[in-house]
Amino acid sequence: MAVLVIADHDGSAVRDTTHKTVTAALALSSDVDVLVLGKNAQAVADAAAKISGVRKVLLAEGDAVAHGLAEAVEATVLPLAAGYDAILTPANTDGKNFAPRIAAKLDTAPISDIVEVVSADTFVRPIYAGNALETVQSADAKKVITVRPTAFAAAGEGGSASVENVAAGEAPRTAFVSEEMVKSDRPELGAAKIIVSGGRALGSADEFHAVMEPLADKLGAAIGASRAAVDAGYAPNDYQVGQTGKVVAPALYIAIGISGAIQHLAGMKDSKVIVAINKDADAPIFQVADYGIVGDYKTIVPELMAALG
Amino acid sequence: MKVLVPVKRVIDSNVKARVKADQTGVDLANVKMSMNPFDEIAVEEAVRLKEGKEHHAAGTATEIVVVSIGVTQAQETIRTALAMGADRGILIQSDADLEPLAVAKLLKAVVDEEKPDLVLLGKQSIDGDNNAVGQMLAALLDWPQATFAGKLVIDGGKAVVTREVDGGLQTVAAELPAVVSVDLRLNTPRYASLPNIMKAKKKEIAVKAVADYGVDTADRLKVLKVTTPPTRSAGVKVADAAELVSKLKSAGVL
Repeated sequence: MAVLVIADHDGSAVRDTTHKTVTAALALSSDVDVLVLGKNAQAVADAAAKISGVRKVLLAEGDAVAHGLAEAVEATVLPLAAGYDAILTPANTDGKNFAPRIAAKLDTAPISDIVEVVSADTFVRPIYAGNALETVQSADAKKVITVRPTAFAAAGEGGSASVENVAAGEAPRTAFVSEEMVKSDRPELGAAKIIVSGGRALGSADEFHAVMEPLADKLGAAIGASRAAVDAGYAPNDYQVGQTGKVVAPALYIAIGISGAIQHLAGMKDSKVIVAINKDADAPIFQVADYGIVGDYKTIVPELMAALG
Repeated sequence: MKVLVPVKRVIDSNVKARVKADQTGVDLANVKMSMNPFDEIAVEEAVRLKEGKEHHAAGTATEIVVVSIGVTQAQETIRTALAMGADRGILIQSDADLEPLAVAKLLKAVVDEEKPDLVLLGKQSIDGDNNAVGQMLAALLDWPQATFAGKLVIDGGKAVVTREVDGGLQTVAAELPAVVSVDLRLNTPRYASLPNIMKAKKKEIAVKAVADYGVDTADRLKVLKVTTPPTRSAGVKVADAAELVSKLKSAGVL
């Protein structure tokens, strides 16, 4: 059995979500190929070829696939599908967009957001916002799976797979119009080793930036926010960590002025070490925090900056 | 323009799901059920398309048909949508909790009958969290799809959708007919007024059976067990930032 991994990349480099999905794929089969969709993406394909355990890299280049249009990804993958027993991709917004479309065309039930491979046909996935875990066995001959990257270790480097070109599909009735990507020198939320996250207690957008940014810069951290802080307009949408935002699992997660609603905990409770700073000693965030400080962030954060040196 | 809005009856978003002791699923007995929150946003947007609210021209939508697949009580969910401003409803009765592929096949059959110009639905239901039905329906129909809509503009036979994607926003233009799945920030759904709740009681709900549509709804996935995820236990309180930093250093994360 062979497995196809559809790579996640930023146009110039492969994201480590791809390495993590390769790890999940290797649990299914030792024959793992990687498909890179993009434009002028030879460098990405070459990088994917170096991921340990990859047999072959397929490169499909075109405008529509470079924009991740689901119709074009479907048209690219379907002709390749005959050669694979499973198709895996990270459960990010791209993968969630195109994977079910491919699955429907193959008349197969997609398996979304897996966190564990039990066997070649059995997988564990969170349901009810992570309040329950479902173990499912697939009866489909061909499987389409999205993988929660934070649940898998990244495959290493050291491979030397060949790269071959394949035809990219089109999206005749869907046009890319524009994109606005948030530019930042900080690491991405999904990939950061440290995340500092702010809540509604910060009280305003100005305060949010004034408190969170220097701390993030000192730690080399990404900045996150609770839904309450995003809804109040203190932080942009894409900062949101939680059931309805991003699911993260960094080595260190520092929650500042976040009470710890179920919604938020669903997005960060798999972090290795959680720190909570909150003036309410009864805040639910302390029930999941490894280290808690009860106090006003206005005094604690400057002290923390000083202690970090 | 005719708009079809599929809605699902799910556990209320304020209720914490509890796993049954025999690990067969989540306990839904005597639990408050509501319309899936993302579907509520889809209904609201459809009604705004009809009313001409926000940036929509009045009458962009001329008819809003709501469809639900589920138990008899899902009629209440359809009634909620009718009270918000949808015109009529269809309930496809099923006591089984159908998988997204089966739901997409049934919805395709409904689309073939109703011939809407736009299918507007929530990006995922908050029970199964699959995030799949919209994309699968679009595939089965061979229609364009625009998922995770944070903004929708109907313009010149196209749905211009600003999508909430990792790292920012992407805008695409999908030719109608199309499937658009909606994200949280598209709008804030209204509460139905009492007069509208009364009016909704007179609106038509057609009740159908899964068998009426002649599609294969067999399960492809067998649920072996449903378990409670491992819980984290509370750690220690530290006195100050200096102690915190030394603890984090010894834990190897700084």
